Amino acid sequence: MGLFQKKTKVQTPHRRPSDASVGEALKKGNVLTRLSLIIFGLGNLAGKQFVRGIVFLAIEAAYIWYMISFGAKSLVNMTTLGTVEQTKVYNESLGIYEYAAGDNSMLFLLYGVITIVLTLAAVFAACMSMKSAYCTQVRKEKGMHIPTFMDDLRSVCEENLHTVMLAFPILGILIFTIIPLVFMILIAFTSYDHEHQPPGNLFTWVGLDNFKAMLASGSKLAATFWPVLQWTLIWAVFATFSCFLLGMLLALLINRKGTKFKGFWRFMFVLSIAIPQFVSLLSMRTIFNANGPVNVILRHLGVIGMTESVPFFTDPTLAKITIILINIWIGVPYTMLSTTGILQNIPAELYEAAKIDGATAPIIFRKITLPYMLFVMTPNLITSFTGNINNFNVIFLLSGGGPDTMDYYYAGKTDLLVTWLYRLTITQKDYNLGAVIGILVFIILATLSLLTYRRTGSYKDEGAFQ
Amino acid sequence: MKAKRAIVNTLCHILLAVLSIIWVLPIFYVILTSFRKESGSYKSYIWPRGFTLDNYKNLFQPTSQINFGRWFLNTLIIALISTVIAAFFVLCVSYCMSRLRFKMRKPFMNIALILGMFPGFMSMIAIYYILKGLGMLETGLLKQIALIMVYSGGAGLGFYMAKGFFDTIPRTIDEAAYIDGATKWDTFTKITIPLSKPIITYTLITTFMGPWVDYIFAKVIMGQDTKYYTIAIGLWTMLEKEYVETFYTQFYAGCVLISIPISILFLLTQRCYVEGVSGAVKG
Repeated sequence: MGLFQKKTKVQTPHRRPSDASVGEALKKGNVLTRLSLIIFGLGNLAGKQFVRGIVFLAIEAAYIWYMISFGAKSLVNMTTLGTVEQTKVYNESLGIYEYAAGDNSMLFLLYGVITIVLTLAAVFAACMSMKSAYCTQVRKEKGMHIPTFMDDLRSVCEENLHTVMLAFPILGILIFTIIPLVFMILIAFTSYDHEHQPPGNLFTWVGLDNFKAMLASGSKLAATFWPVLQWTLIWAVFATFSCFLLGMLLALLINRKGTKFKGFWRFMFVLSIAIPQFVSLLSMRTIFNANGPVNVILRHLGVIGMTESVPFFTDPTLAKITIILINIWIGVPYTMLSTTGILQNIPAELYEAAKIDGATAPIIFRKITLPYMLFVMTPNLITSFTGNINNFNVIFLLSGGGPDTMDYYYAGKTDLLVTWLYRLTITQKDYNLGAVIGILVFIILATLSLLTYRRTGSYKDEGAFQ
Repeated sequence: MKAKRAIVNTLCHILLAVLSIIWVLPIFYVILTSFRKESGSYKSYIWPRGFTLDNYKNLFQPTSQINFGRWFLNTLIIALISTVIAAFFVLCVSYCMSRLRFKMRKPFMNIALILGMFPGFMSMIAIYYILKGLGMLETGLLKQIALIMVYSGGAGLGFYMAKGFFDTIPRTIDEAAYIDGATKWDTFTKITIPLSKPIITYTLITTFMGPWVDYIFAKVIMGQDTKYYTIAIGLWTMLEKEYVETFYTQFYAGCVLISIPISILFLLTQRCYVEGVSGAVKG
């Protein structure tokens, strides 16, 4: 701990009142403090911290108003997901059929999620209110100064800086990541597929049925899921390690003592990163097209007949190989760039000592460079492995998941789980199945990375450089 | 010994030359085709029969489906605004995680790790409906604002890189500032930020590139509103079956045009990228 912490410790020999936990406040607080859990800001108002108290009270009022006008109903609706189906009603005066609006299950679910999030926020505010009241109570008992609103404002630059700095980012994460995610996770337990599309139809809770259909043997879904999962893992392993190894070798090759024009070589490879990835991917797709330049060259060289073409993206096995090779083309310069700096940090003494002991270049690579790089790059490798499992762009822009096959449920032979997810949601509108795949991908990634990431030095010892 | 080293050196250079040809050839092909005179898509030869600048000129003659100049501006504006917001978010969060100590710090970092493991666009449909519920998908302009919100909203989660960089700035510098009476906010703006140019540039570039490269979100949000397309969806449209015969060469011209500014930007800041990745600030 640094100097700053020591300084505050001298000022307040005991714990600061604001360090108290919610449980402690509930146990040791007086009536006023405990009541603050129900009437927000009561303790602050009693302690003459008017602005703080009124803010708490306003939060509570807003929440109650929301629940009465809208929230309570939406929670009830969420349990049923709607009961009234849209019906056709004959309008006699116009002589036509009209649609009588029914319940919209999707909106019910969405509003339900939002209400739950708001409720959690209110619970959090209640806890904060009680903590704040307890803090005031303790300060009063000990005869300490009770912070005024101006003090609160000042603390924003000091010990409460994180609340201000994190407020907007967290709000953004809440709206654009957490709420949608919770919504989609819940969808996995419903029957929201192409046959149950609101507003025309209702969908409902089905429990674990979707998971069962996806994993149980025999169904067409399972016959798609397992092969697609297998290819996803194969792809991730190959894509990650091929780029890592080749990129590192390339960096070594460029950094060799004997290599001239180092900057020039680096530039030649970096050029391909500088181009936006979808441009290089789309061009690669046309280059390897049945009539694209690669086939044209092969025809002119006489490797294949003038009307034949190598099915780079239409033969399942060849498509997989092509994609991995193109991915090497894309990924190697990245690794080359990021490893260059680290390679230069390897202590030269290690190499010199190895040379004196008579080690050859391959042995030096295996015994010094590779272990060192693996040590430094492990977190990086894990992120790129998970990134590759979720690598949508490469597959989608190159092969689009094709070649398609009748054996699969709306998936192609090179579809990864994520691109299959895309097809299921965007083209097929089986949102529940898409959500199931998303959850399964998450489970795979979570187990993989929690097992490995937590063991790495950079997670355990994040303060090593401070 | 000397002769052997010379041979190894030559071999290495030859290998490098072959490899760089492989890496540059596709780029060369893109540029070549962008100047090709003959229209139509795939040809049975590589070297164009004639060269022309028309592909570039035609790009800026808006037709009903293709409006390259407009797309370029759309993307530029969206990229600029979301870069500023996203970079601010990322820097704030990374600073808090690296320098400030508070109760929710570890839980927040773990939550961020967990959220990062869900496939990003699994929630796309939900985001679409949330935006629709907010009334953000009514007009093209609102859709663009929605797109900015989508690109920058969750940006705070991508703090790991910058946090790692902040971690390497010695704490003693901060402490010296506290002794001189600086608040934590002062330390952030006057010490950490100026010391972190590489990582800031890195953050700025990566977020700036996002909108140029993103296809999926843009497509889902924009739908059929061709006028408000970003470059990525626009170029993708050119390769669709009904357009590819007409716009094949123009597609390449468009690719070259947007690659130029982005690659210049990238090459200029390559140094920051390397420094940012290896996270070395010399206190």
